Amino acid sequence: MVVLALAAGTALLFVLALATGSHPVPVAEVVRVLFGGTAEDPRWTVIVEQVRLPRALTAAAVGAALAVAGVQMQTLFRNALADPFSLGVSSGASMGVAAVVVGTGGVAGSFTGDLAGLGRVGVVIAASLGAAAVLALVLLLSRWVRSAVTLLVIGVMIGSAATAMVGVMLVYARPERAQQFVLWGLGSFGATTWPDLHVMLPVIGAGLLTALLTAKRLNALLLGEDYARTMGLNVRRSRDLALLGTALLAGTATAFCGPIAFLGLAVPHLTRVALGTSDHRALIPASMLAGAFLALACALLSQPPGTDAVLPLNAVTSLFGAPVVIAFLIRSRRGVQGVAS
Amino acid sequence: MSDTMTEPVADTARRPDRPGGLVTQGLAVGYRTRSPRRGHRAARAVLSGLDLEARAGELTVLLGPNGAGKSTLLRTLCGLLPPLGGRVHIGGVDLAHQPPAALARRLAVVLTDRVDAGLLSVRELAGLGRHPHTGFTGRLTAADHAAVAWSLKAVGAGHLADRPASELSDGERQRVLTARALAQEPAVVLLDEPTAFLDVPSRVALTVLLRDLARDKGLTVVVSTHDLELALRVADAVWLVDRDSGVHAGAPEDLIRSGAVAAAFDADHLAFDAASGTFGLRRTARAGVTVDAPADVFPLLERALAREGLAVAAPAGPTAGRTVTWDGAERLTLTGPDGQVVRVRGFHELTRTVRTW
Repeated sequence: MVVLALAAGTALLFVLALATGSHPVPVAEVVRVLFGGTAEDPRWTVIVEQVRLPRALTAAAVGAALAVAGVQMQTLFRNALADPFSLGVSSGASMGVAAVVVGTGGVAGSFTGDLAGLGRVGVVIAASLGAAAVLALVLLLSRWVRSAVTLLVIGVMIGSAATAMVGVMLVYARPERAQQFVLWGLGSFGATTWPDLHVMLPVIGAGLLTALLTAKRLNALLLGEDYARTMGLNVRRSRDLALLGTALLAGTATAFCGPIAFLGLAVPHLTRVALGTSDHRALIPASMLAGAFLALACALLSQPPGTDAVLPLNAVTSLFGAPVVIAFLIRSRRGVQGVAS
Repeated sequence: MSDTMTEPVADTARRPDRPGGLVTQGLAVGYRTRSPRRGHRAARAVLSGLDLEARAGELTVLLGPNGAGKSTLLRTLCGLLPPLGGRVHIGGVDLAHQPPAALARRLAVVLTDRVDAGLLSVRELAGLGRHPHTGFTGRLTAADHAAVAWSLKAVGAGHLADRPASELSDGERQRVLTARALAQEPAVVLLDEPTAFLDVPSRVALTVLLRDLARDKGLTVVVSTHDLELALRVADAVWLVDRDSGVHAGAPEDLIRSGAVAAAFDADHLAFDAASGTFGLRRTARAGVTVDAPADVFPLLERALAREGLAVAAPAGPTAGRTVTWDGAERLTLTGPDGQVVRVRGFHELTRTVRTW
């Protein structure tokens, strides 16, 4: 039931995201373009195909990616406050971007997409490298760390160190470049192009597939690592798989859209309460849908229909999302237990 | 259900090596520590040279004072800690040669740490035990569901199946965790202090349940506990870890007669009474007292007076005139050492009065 409603809602928001914007396109025309036709007004075809479709696809993919990565981290660390960035992924990406923005000067113009030279591609590559570097470090250290809690603390420490380095770099950056870094940090779904999507969608798809295939492992981990081991689970391999999957999902999302806050933390909790179960065979697919749904909703809110206003994405996710989640958890009788799981 | 569970117990006794029995040979358990010198690993053995056997169809109880190494032994037996030496055989197969999934189909555990079940129903929680039996996706087949239903019924938790696991009482949760272990369809079940958080009725119920499971299903059940008197009453066999890291094995009565139980647990204020198999408070009496009471209240009077340091003595004994007479209807007449006579009602007034003698 919940899953069907979510799927329908996601499809609806997806079409809405294509139809609305500074130039509204009739929904019927949007659907026609989606199914390979041409709209009455050729400009509508271009708007939908070249501008809005990449944005909506990005929002849906990144929403699903962050939600599933959040599920994996919360189960792996048995911690309600774990999220895709608990291991310092976004800090690593920020470090990479800061290095590019401050160092080379071939700068990303705040996601406008019309960038010269190293610009946008450079930012994506730098963010990927930064995230990969942090994750490689965490994965390497995890060889020697037995306890998941210790690993979590190590991840937070590495993230703090990376954030500190960003701070140092920004001190020596020219103000307008620092401003550009701040804009990157606010996140956006709107900067991706079709070539970006050709890279992003397969990688996120691979990460989501990995998560779906490890649902059984994550279920075994629900009672803790000792029980999992006595049920025949190779805990170390499961941990590596979950870390690697999260790395792909969160790293890719951050590289293309900046550090998107809140979704990865909140969606798993909301989905658990809505489904009424922690069973990952239901939780992971439902989280994908819920993540895509909420990300599309946030994308719509960040560019309110009929206006030219653009709100920073992270402001929308947190400002609108936090009260919604709090209300949802308080109203739900079992909400508190859901968070504790 | 697999055949190993329903086979009659009589058959298992003849072949101790059939699947189910747990045997250790020269087992040493403890921890490996990394010494400062690179590459050199030091082993710190907690218990060593263990030749133990737990038979199928029997409840084996592991007893010992805190810190004696009970948990270390159990964690080694279930494969969470590598043995420092020796072997563990489960049904004649060496534990070290078993792939984890195959081992999980022979051996299941209930650990001492409290689990946070999150948003799982009791059925889902017990269903986690099917992990070593399900395929790649973890989907439960009809046979898996049947096994889960059977395991819940076996622990008397069938009526809880649809309840959220987080809303169970402590006693119910331990039953459901036991059901989760049974759902693994193991031959051997190891439980580490499963009664630790339970009240007395739940303790008795769980311990008796474990014995019945061993008897009826032909399981090998090994359980560690601090519940001495209950364990000595219910267990078929006892492994007793004493203070010198020796392990005694045998029927409870064997260990009581050999004095091993008393040696392991007697302390300044605790004395084991071999005749009754119970523990009593050790307290030196400061004086004697003559008691005149009917047989049904006599033991209780003796107990109340012992708490106040008074031993019941023969009428001619050194009582200095102290007497307690039961007049019936909760009324007592007390004569103190100074000859003063007091009439009291109930045990509370009795103990408060004799405290001043």
